[in-house]
Amino acid sequence: MAILCDENTKLIVQGLGKMGRFHAGLSREYHTQVVGGVAPGKGGTDVDGMPCFDTVRDAVAQTGANASVVFVPPPGAADAILEAADAGIELVVCITEGIPALDMLRVKRALRGGATRLLGPNCPGVVTPGKCRIGIMPAQITKPGPVGVVSRSGTLTYEAVDQLTRLGIGQSSCVGIGGDPIIGTTFVDALALFEADPQTQAVIMIGEIGGSAEETAAEFVKSHMKKPVVAFIAGQNAPPGKRMGHAGAIIAGGKGRASDKMEALEAAGVRVSVSPAELGETLAKRCPELRG
Amino acid sequence: MNVHEYQAKELLRSFGVPVPAGRLATTPAEAESAARALDAKVVVVKAQVHAGGRGKAGGIKVAKSAAEAKRLASEILGMTLRTHQTGPEGKLVRKVWIESGCEIARELYLAVVLDRAAEDLAIIASTEGGMEIEEVAERSPEKIVTVHVDPAAGLQPFHTRRVAFALGLPAASIPKLEVFLGGLYRLFTERDASLAEINPLVVTASGDLIALDCKLNFDDNALFRHADVRELRDPDEEDAREREANELDLAYVGLDGDIGCLVNGAGLAMATLDMLRAAGGSPANFLDVGGGTNQERVAAAFKLILQDPQVKAILVNIFGGIVRCDLVAEGVVAAAKELGVKVPLVVRLQGTNAAEGRAILAGSGLDITPADTFREAGERAVAAARSGKGK
Repeated sequence: MAILCDENTKLIVQGLGKMGRFHAGLSREYHTQVVGGVAPGKGGTDVDGMPCFDTVRDAVAQTGANASVVFVPPPGAADAILEAADAGIELVVCITEGIPALDMLRVKRALRGGATRLLGPNCPGVVTPGKCRIGIMPAQITKPGPVGVVSRSGTLTYEAVDQLTRLGIGQSSCVGIGGDPIIGTTFVDALALFEADPQTQAVIMIGEIGGSAEETAAEFVKSHMKKPVVAFIAGQNAPPGKRMGHAGAIIAGGKGRASDKMEALEAAGVRVSVSPAELGETLAKRCPELRG
Repeated sequence: MNVHEYQAKELLRSFGVPVPAGRLATTPAEAESAARALDAKVVVVKAQVHAGGRGKAGGIKVAKSAAEAKRLASEILGMTLRTHQTGPEGKLVRKVWIESGCEIARELYLAVVLDRAAEDLAIIASTEGGMEIEEVAERSPEKIVTVHVDPAAGLQPFHTRRVAFALGLPAASIPKLEVFLGGLYRLFTERDASLAEINPLVVTASGDLIALDCKLNFDDNALFRHADVRELRDPDEEDAREREANELDLAYVGLDGDIGCLVNGAGLAMATLDMLRAAGGSPANFLDVGGGTNQERVAAAFKLILQDPQVKAILVNIFGGIVRCDLVAEGVVAAAKELGVKVPLVVRLQGTNAAEGRAILAGSGLDITPADTFREAGERAVAAARSGKGK
């Protein structure tokens, strides 16, 4: 078991530019079933050995795809997500960075109550070690095992995964939820999936400044989780009012500070690592039985 | 993206939101003729900088004649305005907005914001206009009313009625608030704002509603579809290095320490600052070189970091997922040679092709301190900055 994706996932790629094709190739090398690509006007052709379709509906009808990864540039990304949802895709992973916030508000409204789960946008995707890679993560640093990883940041996820792997601790699934203010799958959603997943025995959660998703996650951990959670919050030294790379990483009007998030998590029983270099060790200390 | 008050007011006016008559001036003489043309009993001379708190800092003055407007403009133009939002360095005033005064009966607060937690748009209204809303939220949160709007259905008349009654406006004023709030909401959604704040919204002696001061922020991610908003960018108001970084598509934020940072990924870049602090050091900047890192970008990032005279050491922290560490290493070596980097350089390469990258650094003949783990990188950079201070 794992969360979001496994060996049965059938993935299509929306947006066959340089990045989309490159990562489709890496995912295939990682044993992921990449069953096709969607490029309007190129239906019936073949791109890097993948069959191409004009619409997501065509792709689903002919391949049985149940997941999609979106590399479409910002002006068309919201449309691409909604097209995938309309075609009945269960999991849409949107890598695109720079989608207008109002587009995402409308997308989230449209997905509400539907059967499609969105991961991202502005996220690195998800890897279930040894089974499936959707997005742009370096899967080679992962190792199958018992720890779920969920993060708003890409490279910091790799950092955490690398620390775990070096300690001999494998991962059930590594999930990047994205650095934008409005995202599909939230910390709470991912934590709920990990709590229900039999393979996962502990969770590492990597938050950052901006918004209140970490505080909401802390409440969820307190009231709904039995599995231990270890966390790190990036941006303890970020100046207020400045956007720190990610569109969502900004301390505005005294809200969204790292210290508040760390306090909320600690109060919920989450062990918070002050240094990003000690995430793996913090987890190993909290759960010594997981060490390989 | 931020805009000036006068630009925001021109936009508000184009969406039907009432604002006082006003004119822009860049010299005292222009201020005098602007005041004369407005033909008002009193005019207000307002410094135009991207920062709140201008009044308290002496950037907003009332004039009873055109001659007085000229004199006040000569005082304000060219002054360095220091408010709680500008930092100690302050902001140079290059323009003033000359505006007709109005008779104030009540001062209210009204804003449209994107509510991240609720994932919708929210109207924030308060009877406590003229004060900062954060202060009101702290002292008397019961005086703030939040009305959520479904972004798909849009603003409805009942939303406006709720706001009107919450603000204690008479029923007869509702049509006026419909025009006001309707315009503000349309501006927000049609131009992809992230904040549209009117503070104070003035109720005049005759019962009219006027936007006396305002603040508009726009979503940077949506600027591609709003040429008219893009034109409002004022490079003079932006930090020179942040602007340069922006043009190079690098995310850079200047800080006040002495260790320059070059990192890939926003989260890792923030965490690197945290790591340096935890190791007893002080970072000079946040810099995310992004996913598509190549030699040119690394060189550009180095140049940017070295423009800061406080930098005593540089830490390069790369976790190559997509980025190949050997390419980053080549970029580091080329940039260090080209720019003649004199400060100590600590480089940590991890992930894709890290071994090849480290070999390139070791064989470069440059004095580069390698680091393997995140912690080692932080500790060595802090030590390097300390040893570099005496040189």
